[in-house]
Amino acid sequence: MEKEKVIIVKDLVKKFGNFIANDHLNFHVDKGEIFGFLGANGAGKTTAMRILCGLSKPSSGLVEVAGFNVKTNAEDVKKRIGYMSQKFSLFEDLTIWENMRFFSTVYGMSRSNFKARGQLLLQKLNLFDERNRLVSTLSLGWKQKLAFTVAILHEPSIVFLDEPTGGVDPITRRQFWEMIYEAADDGITVFVTTHYMDEAEYCNRVTIMVDGRIDALDTPSELKKQFKAESMNEVFLSLAR
Amino acid sequence: MNRFIAFVKKEFLHIFRDYRTMMILFIMPIAQILIFGFAITTEIQNASIAILDKSKDEVTRELTQKLLASGYFSADQYLSSESEIESAFKQGRAKMVIVYESNFGNNYEKIGASNIQLICDASDPNTARILSQYAEGIFASYNRTNQAIGIIPEVRMFYNENLDGFYMSIPGIMAMILMLVSAMMTSISITREKEFGSMEVLLISPLRPLQIILGKVTPYILMAVINTISILALGYWVFGVPVKGSLALLLFECILFTILALSLGILISTVAKNQMVAMFVSMFALMLPVILLSGFIFPIDNMPVILQWISNIIPPKWFIIIVKTIMLKGGGLEYIWKETLILIAFIVVFVGLSVKKFNIRLQD
Repeated sequence: MEKEKVIIVKDLVKKFGNFIANDHLNFHVDKGEIFGFLGANGAGKTTAMRILCGLSKPSSGLVEVAGFNVKTNAEDVKKRIGYMSQKFSLFEDLTIWENMRFFSTVYGMSRSNFKARGQLLLQKLNLFDERNRLVSTLSLGWKQKLAFTVAILHEPSIVFLDEPTGGVDPITRRQFWEMIYEAADDGITVFVTTHYMDEAEYCNRVTIMVDGRIDALDTPSELKKQFKAESMNEVFLSLAR
Repeated sequence: MNRFIAFVKKEFLHIFRDYRTMMILFIMPIAQILIFGFAITTEIQNASIAILDKSKDEVTRELTQKLLASGYFSADQYLSSESEIESAFKQGRAKMVIVYESNFGNNYEKIGASNIQLICDASDPNTARILSQYAEGIFASYNRTNQAIGIIPEVRMFYNENLDGFYMSIPGIMAMILMLVSAMMTSISITREKEFGSMEVLLISPLRPLQIILGKVTPYILMAVINTISILALGYWVFGVPVKGSLALLLFECILFTILALSLGILISTVAKNQMVAMFVSMFALMLPVILLSGFIFPIDNMPVILQWISNIIPPKWFIIIVKTIMLKGGGLEYIWKETLILIAFIVVFVGLSVKKFNIRLQD
């Protein structure tokens, strides 16, 4: 039986004037998969991710996310995805609970549904008793874990993580990845960009973008075999050079 | 709708949690009113004058007495010859020198006309003008009480009989504060979301861009209304500035001006990259023109022609005219519809420009 595909990208091209940021991308992501999106700075990762999130329109090609075309049904896509980036975690001058309540309303969760799920997720983090603390008083690691929790609060089909573990210590990164696995087990597809090659090993499948093209797409072990490399780091270096 | 309400709630939390914002929003308007009301006044009291009395008779003594009793002047020195006039000014004490011709009283009683010379220190032109007007007024009233010959000019200051400087500054302060609260605070709060990266998160969420912008703006409209009311209340109860026209019309115009300032703030935020830039642009592009070119402090009629032209594109100029008309003259909409339309035109232009800018940014 074929797996359900939550992201389908066919011949995606994005141009800015004469510059081609995404050059005929083709890939799909299965439901519940952890999909790693790698590439050097400026390779076109962010552009592709913005298109997948409905922030930016493709110049040509077909992009379907959670069953909807991002070009024509961006609003339907937006309701079904979660997003978290390294740059912004949460509103610092709001408490943990206020942040969660805000995003739950924005994503159209009912009040009772939010209370139950919010409590459950916070208890998993052992933060429920601290829910009235201002986010600004938390450490970066906690903020990132909390931001991930907020991103999956409304049970999206897909969660997009843009370098989620930047600047975070190794222990917290480990815990963070445990949270990602847990979400994937619950059926949430995870689309993650990262610069840490050890993290790439945790993904089910990995693509590596070079100069706007996808130069490799497979499971980490297949990629290592294909490039006759010991680690993902070597795979990345041999491609990106 | 729930999304929008949640967004506005979030904005209020941002405002209430930041004591600096709260200070700007609530303490500053009150402080400004009090400072302008008590400290900065264009009225002149006890200006030093020097007197050169070449006649020294009944009439000149009486006139001098009247001048000094008015409270506007105080005698700094009595001169004995014309050569001392220059030094009276140079020492910087005297603002005005009064010269009675010789045989002043004699001429006054016999011919009915006598000459008096007022020499003012015009290095400060406003003061000079005001002082000479005060003195002329006093002489005119002296004329009147003694003999009625010919036409005696009667000067009366309409709308502001006591020439209270504060009457003039209340519309200006209102323009300034509404500009500050609305334009500066919104531009800062929108650019803050951009700077912290939360704008991206909000744009990816199901919130529509329009909801985000309106949600940003709504709390500030409320703040601006509160500020308008507190300025009017302070003006009325502390300084006795009346609202002669319709209060409802005045509030309507204030809200219109607030919307104008907000659209300007949104426009600034589409251009500015971070909060710092937003603040400086608001400061220099908004506050300085409001203070210098809107007629708030310097009369527009006194400006060079080029600046008078420029003052036409300063929105607060029109708002100040409106507020003066309603508050001090009691005029209705029939007197200010033109200025109101100009404000609306400004809003259309600013909103149009911001929408264009915003769309360009979204398409990338």
